[in-house]
Amino acid sequence: MREIQVETIIKTVKDLFIDANYHLGLDVVDEFDRRIQSDESPVAREVLRELKQNVAIASQGEYPICQDTGLAVVFVDIGQDVHVVGGDLKDAINEGVRQGYKEGYLRKSACHPFTRKNTGDNTPAIIHYDIVPGDKIRIVAVPKGGGAENMSRVHMLAPSAGAEGVKDFIVNRMKESGSNPCPPTIVGVGIGGTFERTAILAKRALLRKVGQRNPDPEIAGMEREVLERINKIGIGPMGYGGNTTALDVFIELEPCHIASLPLAVNVQCHASRHKEATI
Amino acid sequence: MANEIRLNTPLTEADVDRLKIGDKVLLSGVIYTGRDAAHKRMIDLLNQGKELPIDVRGQVIYYVGPTPARPGKPIGSAGPTTSYRMDAYAPRLMALGMKGMIGKGNRAPEVIEAMKSNKAVYFGATGGAGAVLAKSIKKAQVVAYEELGPEAIHRLEVEDFPVVVINDTKGNDLYVEGAKKYHQD
Ligand code: SF4
Repeated sequence: MREIQVETIIKTVKDLFIDANYHLGLDVVDEFDRRIQSDESPVAREVLRELKQNVAIASQGEYPICQDTGLAVVFVDIGQDVHVVGGDLKDAINEGVRQGYKEGYLRKSACHPFTRKNTGDNTPAIIHYDIVPGDKIRIVAVPKGGGAENMSRVHMLAPSAGAEGVKDFIVNRMKESGSNPCPPTIVGVGIGGTFERTAILAKRALLRKVGQRNPDPEIAGMEREVLERINKIGIGPMGYGGNTTALDVFIELEPCHIASLPLAVNVQCHASRHKEATI
Repeated sequence: MANEIRLNTPLTEADVDRLKIGDKVLLSGVIYTGRDAAHKRMIDLLNQGKELPIDVRGQVIYYVGPTPARPGKPIGSAGPTTSYRMDAYAPRLMALGMKGMIGKGNRAPEVIEAMKSNKAVYFGATGGAGAVLAKSIKKAQVVAYEELGPEAIHRLEVEDFPVVVINDTKGNDLYVEGAKKYHQD
């Protein structure tokens, strides 16, 4: 058993949330560049240039990429040969979030669903645990903003809807979302599993890098097709019109019940923030 | 970009009446911030026949909830929030002379109608460009409802704050027209 101190976990979570909120992945920035070249709309190109400039300013470390610094979503893959010592793992993750949002001058957006009273420190974090082989812990910090998350849906389709029904649902969802999720978006899709499993698949899909296709050639083809269809809608960056409504579509698929066809569409805005570390 | 226009606040009827959807506008001067909670309080005051804490005539209200300011900075990251949550309150403020709103996302038909009848416009600021937008904000000061924290009404001094006209005084909508133009079958 390898021992990992909770202090290490606290510090890692804290640093990851600060890093994620100030430094956007290069894969996303490179895609902005490609789209600045290819979008036919002058307004769209202007918005994309503004987004690029925004990322550059944020990376200087004074202003977060977006003022909505999100709820703190954390994926934790725990090696089965790890022993966490010095305290409670969940408390450590929440403490990391608390410290990161304070020290990083990040906005605290967690509140009670009805009274809307802010919890004050952006906890509790939304934690997804997985047990994996090995003696390490992989932590992924995902600050998830409200605008795009609100456009996400889980839908239980009739199995007869098939692949076509799934594709239509995703495209329609993005059409109906319009300018709300701050396009250009990244679309995470879960197909299969159960009601809750499909949503987690969709969220995990968002951790991929832009351009990274599903290894299954059939699913990869579906990703390309859906992306093309979304970009033909015309919504464009910020909804001002253009050919760049989405930057990418990531689909994950798992077996499901013989009676169901679960589908989740998790919408991610262009501020696609996620950073990971393995300790 | 159809046009790039520099405007100073407060805005006059003539200022806003010539704006068309898709115009890029650089705003300078004073603008005010407000989100749902502050709007609700202002409308409650009006319902009680009381005065508003700010004079909205000719003013622009920016729908924003910034990140905390770092020491020495006027404000933190400050991009727009989704506007529909202010739809219930906006027509009342336009009737009192408010000339502009800055946010992101669609407005309700009655808000677009109120822009036509009161000669006001809705500007979009780039959602998620909070760092760029913060750079155009030179000063920030709380003027009402301090207890609401980031949702308090702030008086901002801005310089060349970049926005795009989404709804003009003629009832046009960039969200509708833009998508139509680039839609492919
Ligand atoms: S949807 Fe994303 S980019 Fe837009 S305001 Fe929310 S977090 Fe920021």
